[in-house]
Amino acid sequence: MSIAASRGGPAVLARGVSKAFGSGDARVIALQGADLELPCGEVAMLVGPSGCGTTTLISIIAGLLARDQGQLEVLGTDPNALRGDQRTLWRLRTVGFVFQQFNLIPQLSVAENVAIPLVLAGVRRAQALERASDMMARVGLSGRERSAPLKLSGGQQQRVALARALVNEPRMLVCDEPTSALDGATGQSVMELIVETCRHPDRAVIIVTHDERIFRFGDRIAHMDDGRVDRLTDRHGTALGLGAPERTALGFAE
Amino acid sequence: MRLFALKMLFGDAAKFYGILLGLGFATLLISQQSSIFVGLMSRTFGFITDTPQADIWIADPDQRYLDDNKALRTTAVQRIRGIEGLDWAVPLFKGLIMVQLPDGQRQMSQVIGIDDASLIAGPSRMLQGSLDDLRRSDGIIVDERACRREFMVKRPPEGGAPRPLRVGDILELNEMRAEVVGICKATQTFQSQPVVYTTYNRAIQFAPPNRRLTSMILASPEPGQDIDRLCATIRERTGLAAFPTDDFRNKTLNYWMSETGIPINFGTSIILGFVVGVAVAGQTFYNFTLDNLKYFGAMKAMGATTPRLLGMVSLQAATVAVLGFGLGIGVTSLFGLTIPGDRLAFRMTWHIPLIAASAVVLICVGSAALGMYKVLRLDPAEVFKG
Ligand SMILES: Nc1ncnc2c1ncn2[C@@H]1O[C@H](COP(=O)(O)OP(=O)(O)O)[C@@H](O)[C@H]1O
Ligand SMILES: [Mg+2]
Repeated sequence: MSIAASRGGPAVLARGVSKAFGSGDARVIALQGADLELPCGEVAMLVGPSGCGTTTLISIIAGLLARDQGQLEVLGTDPNALRGDQRTLWRLRTVGFVFQQFNLIPQLSVAENVAIPLVLAGVRRAQALERASDMMARVGLSGRERSAPLKLSGGQQQRVALARALVNEPRMLVCDEPTSALDGATGQSVMELIVETCRHPDRAVIIVTHDERIFRFGDRIAHMDDGRVDRLTDRHGTALGLGAPERTALGFAE
Repeated sequence: MRLFALKMLFGDAAKFYGILLGLGFATLLISQQSSIFVGLMSRTFGFITDTPQADIWIADPDQRYLDDNKALRTTAVQRIRGIEGLDWAVPLFKGLIMVQLPDGQRQMSQVIGIDDASLIAGPSRMLQGSLDDLRRSDGIIVDERACRREFMVKRPPEGGAPRPLRVGDILELNEMRAEVVGICKATQTFQSQPVVYTTYNRAIQFAPPNRRLTSMILASPEPGQDIDRLCATIRERTGLAAFPTDDFRNKTLNYWMSETGIPINFGTSIILGFVVGVAVAGQTFYNFTLDNLKYFGAMKAMGATTPRLLGMVSLQAATVAVLGFGLGIGVTSLFGLTIPGDRLAFRMTWHIPLIAASAVVLICVGSAALGMYKVLRLDPAEVFKG
């Protein structure tokens, strides 16, 4: 299945992306020529053994980290080409984040946490809180607006984080090990929620995980090893094309 | 995000109150100690400030400060009066004389003898009687504060409970009769002895025979005369020291500042206040920022620009600065207003809140800058690290 045939337009086009940390003896190569192509409208999983570079790759895709080499286009933009605060504002408009540690601010109410991206985008507080409350209803947390985040269970906190990630309707949702701090059943229900709320023709979801139990939620699974994407499969493990001809067809001019 | 920044601050109650108390305590220590210091120091030259009529102060060349009176010959004033350009010159007696109360108690007191004719350098505020009453025979004016304390008559001759000394009471100064004709409010002297005013000639008589001498001479120039030049002339012609009022006040102040341990003592407290502020408030604020660093990182990832995050830290720092300073200066002011002025020298000049505020600002800016440096160095990719 080529990307052209998939549900939406291209979300991520990455080719030959490399990244190393440190220098000299301490130099660690995190990515060495990673290629990845993800369409909109799908839930993609980025999986692989610990240390293989999954976090580094989504950090680069999400515009948190600059690559050393390679080409990248995320929803039509190369985040690397944006400077400093421009890139920050691009993230604000384009990417929603769900972290392994939920990173909710304990001194703020749940609704206020959810409203942060809106407030950052300049939405007035009252309106932001109202939209946050609507978003909370969508993740099944109606009525918990005024709760303190730490009063909620882990699964609920991750739902709050999801609501926060989605509240300003970003076109891309990036989750790094969203279920690893949760027990199995809670992880499943959070994944169900992510897939339910986010599968949309215009939107892309990228989930980094080591948790095989949630592979089944992915439309496309990119298997990474040693700083490269070496296989692309569907949720049943059936190989999807990762051939060179298709990649050149995607439009990176040689 | 401003409101969120404040909620983050107030929401961390332990740290917030820790910072407030640290800053409040630093402000209190700095402003209160400075105020007492200024109060004490201004007592050393209180008599100079209270005698605005005198523009020139003439004393023995060896006199180091106001109360360090070396006697001048009683004829000195005649020689000064001979210098042209002076409008007037009057002798002043200042000395310790034993005072015996109506019930026989004895008390060493600071007796000030002012010029019989002009009554220049008399007390600035009369509470009972008038300055002119000093012209009555044996008349003295006593300080109201002393009446309630050192001059409390414990066993009144007329019987009854102890009572303050009052107008009409008969005292003995060095075994000579004196009658209280007025009560005044005198600026407290540094050593806090009771103050008794009388005329110069009477004071000379009260004094022991070997101390019947002029303490100082006060003078004022004719209109249009240059004070500095007159002082120079006086020095030349008489060999005495002569100072314009400001110079004499500064000379007195400098003596106390440089020759006593008082500034070191207060300076230590003030520095201690600053150190406590840095140690408690600065440290706590910095820790507060460190605690929040992961949230700042998450916000940075989610799209908070660097100026925005720095703005949040600044707002938090400014808030604790204002509240902490307000708390400290409030307590100091309350202290100053409640403690009676005659019990404790306390004088908060406008410089003092400014100094305390600068210290607070320094502490807050310093710790906020450290926190901001951490925020600046924040790698948003770190948020993905578990
Ligand atoms: N900031 C960093 N500094 C140094 N090495 C890093 C840094 N981030 C990641 N690495 C290294 O790069 C490799 C890939 O890391 P990462 O992308 O986090 O792997 P994972 O697939 O487990 O998420 C690992 O060897 C890791 O130690
Ligand atoms: Mg990882």
